[in-house]
Amino acid sequence: MRLYGKFFVMHLKSLMEYKTSFFLTCVGQFLVSFNVFLGMYFMFQRFSNVEGFAYNEVLLCFGITLMEFSLAESVARGFDTFDSMIKQGEFDRVLVRPRHEILLVLGSRIEFSRIGRILQALVMFVYGFTVSGVRWTPAKVMTVLLMLIGGTVVFSGLFLIYASICFFTIEGLEFMNIFTDGAREYGKYPISIYGKRILQLCTFVIPYGLIQYYPFLFLLDRGKPFYSLLPLAACLFILPCFFLWKLGVRHYASSGS
Amino acid sequence: MRKYIAFFRLRFSMGLQYRTAALAGILTQFVWAGMEILMFRAFYRTDASSFPMTFQATCAYVWMQQAFLTLFMAWMMENEIFDSIVNGNISYELCRPINIYNMWFSRSLANRLSKAVLRCMPILLVAALLPAPYGLMLPANPQAFLLFLLTLFIGVGVTVAFCMLVYMLSFFTISPAGIRMVAVSVVEFLSGATIPLPFFPEKIRAFLELLPFASMQNVPLRIYSGDLSGNAMGRALFLQFFWLFALIGIGRLLDFIAMKKITIQGG
Repeated sequence: MRLYGKFFVMHLKSLMEYKTSFFLTCVGQFLVSFNVFLGMYFMFQRFSNVEGFAYNEVLLCFGITLMEFSLAESVARGFDTFDSMIKQGEFDRVLVRPRHEILLVLGSRIEFSRIGRILQALVMFVYGFTVSGVRWTPAKVMTVLLMLIGGTVVFSGLFLIYASICFFTIEGLEFMNIFTDGAREYGKYPISIYGKRILQLCTFVIPYGLIQYYPFLFLLDRGKPFYSLLPLAACLFILPCFFLWKLGVRHYASSGS
Repeated sequence: MRKYIAFFRLRFSMGLQYRTAALAGILTQFVWAGMEILMFRAFYRTDASSFPMTFQATCAYVWMQQAFLTLFMAWMMENEIFDSIVNGNISYELCRPINIYNMWFSRSLANRLSKAVLRCMPILLVAALLPAPYGLMLPANPQAFLLFLLTLFIGVGVTVAFCMLVYMLSFFTISPAGIRMVAVSVVEFLSGATIPLPFFPEKIRAFLELLPFASMQNVPLRIYSGDLSGNAMGRALFLQFFWLFALIGIGRLLDFIAMKKITIQGG
């Protein structure tokens, strides 16, 4: 953990050499996710609710999902450029070091320009929190915390899968974006609105439902009490991801020179 | 003119080489289109009377948007061009007896078209085979289809002309990342890529339709889905031509100024 802190400071320092560009990129990042919010705002200008979820309720859902994703992204986006790391044979260097390889890969790249996005997530999160009209009890606050933890774990797991696949394909696969960026994009609405099939898929295959829809129902007093604990179950998702990573490391035959 | 056509052909056939990338892209776009349609369906089921277009037209809009994604997405700017400005390789280009603006314009156009050619067919085919409300319907009449094609080309032209402005502006700012991100997110929202323009409130929509961004994907997609016809269509077509020439004009002016004061980076 201390090592990760060191990596963190290192990247921050190198970035501060290019301040203007950094701030403009932050603004850009902020705007990009602000677009999504504006899109939702205008949709709800026209429609008062969607499948029984009102605007302020959806906002809370959007805020939480965005926050989950941003937290995971700030930790695990290092995996995003993992394919180039493999291609250039840099992963060999990682393997010979006496630390865990995941830590080193994550430390190789920390993107601070995502601050704009995290800031936006934070704004949305707080805004969703206040306008939602939910009567907050300790149990519900606890649920939100669990959702954030579970969500971070699940999205990190997806990034880990993305990186693990690179062991086998060398190329990064574009369609994995569906599961990460796509989930963020479409996770703005409670998953149930996409229909029963999608909800089943998101419950049993990739547990988006467990970190978003079910505990969210509990927050709105519509779900059963045990729904609030489902994000913990979602954390189990990391295990197969980790297994895949291990498999990948074992399978790894160096490339590059 | 002939040398720019040569550039166009070169880039076009280069773009056709990336077939695996296209396959992955097609897969991604299918899922995006599917989710988008399911989302609209949820709104439609909740309150059909507030829906500004027919549900079928919306589906056609979404499918067409995904099939021709590479034509209109503003974030598909060319990194090579930005890189050449930042690291000084632009000097090689400047030595050639060609106009930078024309060359970049033709190569951007070729890039977008070649990617679209690779990707659109499978998507269109499958979308056309889907059952009625969710699939891609045929356009109302042959004229609508011809107009769709015409406006599609002008729309790409406007998009490329806009991207050219961003390239030209990076001559002045050196670091293009920020300007690019801001431009991209503005285009994304105002052109109707986030939600189609008809879904905006009436007054805002009337204003947005005058902007150059509405002349990009909004016009052809809505003509295809039959949402835009008659007088409104004539006006949209006129605006498209106007913005195409205006943006190219501004771009060439910037090109002219930039070439006078250009500093080559790197060493």
